[in-house]
Amino acid sequence: MTVAVYIIVMAVTTYIIRMVPFTFFRKKIESRFVRSFLKYIPYAVLSAMTIPAIFSSTGNVVTSVVGTVVAVVLAFFDQPLIVVALAASLAAFLTGFIV
Amino acid sequence: MKSNFLRGMRDGIPIALGYLSVSFGFGILAVQSGLSVFQSSAISASNLTSAGQIAGVGVIAAGGTLLEMILVQLVINIRYSLMALSLSQKLDKSFTTPHRLLASYGITDEIFAVCSTQQGSITPAYMYGMILIAMAGWVLGTFLGASAGEVLPDAVSSAMGIVLYGMFLAIIIPPSRKKKSVLFVTVIAAMLSILFKYVLTMISGGFAVIICAIAAAGLGALLFPVSDEEEEAGE
Repeated sequence: MTVAVYIIVMAVTTYIIRMVPFTFFRKKIESRFVRSFLKYIPYAVLSAMTIPAIFSSTGNVVTSVVGTVVAVVLAFFDQPLIVVALAASLAAFLTGFIV
Repeated sequence: MKSNFLRGMRDGIPIALGYLSVSFGFGILAVQSGLSVFQSSAISASNLTSAGQIAGVGVIAAGGTLLEMILVQLVINIRYSLMALSLSQKLDKSFTTPHRLLASYGITDEIFAVCSTQQGSITPAYMYGMILIAMAGWVLGTFLGASAGEVLPDAVSSAMGIVLYGMFLAIIIPPSRKKKSVLFVTVIAAMLSILFKYVLTMISGGFAVIICAIAAAGLGALLFPVSDEEEEAGE
């Protein structure tokens, strides 16, 4: 089997998973529970993906924790996404010279 | 129209930077698994997903069956169905079927996160701007990683590993500070995630995220159902 066949099958599968609900779901959902659930899903997904993974994201616990603290403080004060993201990375990078 | 596109691109810059570093690692891994630079980049351009691609390369390297490939992608990427469904509730009237067919290609964790937490409805132009710049970062990173393993010094590439997570925090912390309901959901999801990571280790990472998200969002919906007025007002 050629690699191209694998890649096509992989891409088509992934596309269908995204496309079907996005394209064919038009109705406004009536259920209050389902609407609440869908509203909370992004926060739940992101939280579960971030914690605890962020503490090993740089390959070093100390630099990761310093970066996390910087991100939490800046995010708490409503800084833009890119500021929070790059400041966390910069903090981790600079801490890397000390530890 | 044009300003929506540019706004999408601007909001997509942190995503693109994060992708650049993550896909760099994917490129290195794909070449180590026996793929060419072109094949690695083609996977990134056609899939635009991290965990699914890494597992997919594993299937290719092991010479697995196509059925296995399909199942692996289904399990790892099924969360996109939830995201697509959630996002479909937020789309602007201008989002016609052709736009939906095109834009659904670009529903990733990060693009979903930024789009779904925007105030008001999402236009096609906004999503296209974001998808375009994010995809450029993802494919370029893969290409660089696959072709030149050591372009970036170690200290830089490892520090870039935190970029995406920093962005996630910037998305979930402000609404958690303002709303008890969102705080509840994020804390429950984080606690469950820690439990899966350190105690229930037999559950794979992809499944763990699905279970944490459904449990936390379900509990949140039971205890803090949103009112219609609240939804109209957005975050």
